[in-house]
Amino acid sequence: MNFLTKVFIYPVNSLILADLVERFGHKPLTMMNQVREKVTNISLDSPPLNITPEDPKVGLRYAAVEVPPGVRGRMALIGPLIEETEAAIIVENPPTNFGCVGCNRTNELMKYLVRSKGVPILEVRYPESDEDARDFVNKIAAFLKSLPTENTGEDTKVEEKEPAEKEGEK
Amino acid sequence: MTEIKQNEITKYIVISSDIVLPADAAMKIYESEFPVTVKETCFGLIVTGPEQDVLAVVEKIRQLDKNHIFVKDRGFPAGDDRRCRASRGGGPRPGFHFLREEVGMLPAIGAALDELEAKESVNEKHGEKRRLKVSDLEKIIEAELSR
Repeated sequence: MNFLTKVFIYPVNSLILADLVERFGHKPLTMMNQVREKVTNISLDSPPLNITPEDPKVGLRYAAVEVPPGVRGRMALIGPLIEETEAAIIVENPPTNFGCVGCNRTNELMKYLVRSKGVPILEVRYPESDEDARDFVNKIAAFLKSLPTENTGEDTKVEEKEPAEKEGEK
Repeated sequence: MTEIKQNEITKYIVISSDIVLPADAAMKIYESEFPVTVKETCFGLIVTGPEQDVLAVVEKIRQLDKNHIFVKDRGFPAGDDRRCRASRGGGPRPGFHFLREEVGMLPAIGAALDELEAKESVNEKHGEKRRLKVSDLEKIIEAELSR
């Protein structure tokens, strides 16, 4: 959808963050969608999870060859999301950093890439009490409301005009 | 393996409500007659089907108690052999631990959303400043004098 800001969330599979982003009218960039594209592809090249030799190559764009393969494998899914990012919400100290999203090196690299992208970022701590939860929701709501909800298309119009002017000069 | 269709999506509906149970939500979906697959779980529902139908169903269920029903995407379809515990020999499904941690926090998040909504409606009521009408002023004076 063109009318929403694409918001990267960390942890990338968070239910609370994905729901809040969608609730306030934006599009969450989540790991689940990336996984769906892989595992529901009709032509399964490499069952059961369809990991092909192309995936490590995608990962190499974000991490060097001497980096552990787990990092590159994860970045093959997460990297394309970071490229689409227009805003980000990063939650510090999430309670369960284990399992598929538990690779701390990947998480560090992911956060570094998002921060160096220069998009608006909200960094909050994971709530541990009702008071914290109230602050957490208020901060996220204020941040999401401050993001543009409609793509005005001005940028694309400017780009379209320029070549026409150049042609006129010639 | 369950049949996979590429244009289908899957959503988790996590219910943390005092007035809606997963069974109620599932019944609501059956009544709506959308062509979706529903799986009832301890925390809510898993819904798989064509994108438009799933989005419509999710919106319908969310409206039952919108601040206490949470939704997220799922990569694998409901009952997929690669994730189903029956074919994996038991044990928790990958991804369940994080979901369980977040489900524990949902009552507080729901309460915070309730408060936010109440605060917004109060702000809307008192937000606009406008000039006092003469007729309103007269009513206030009469009310004060009649005390």
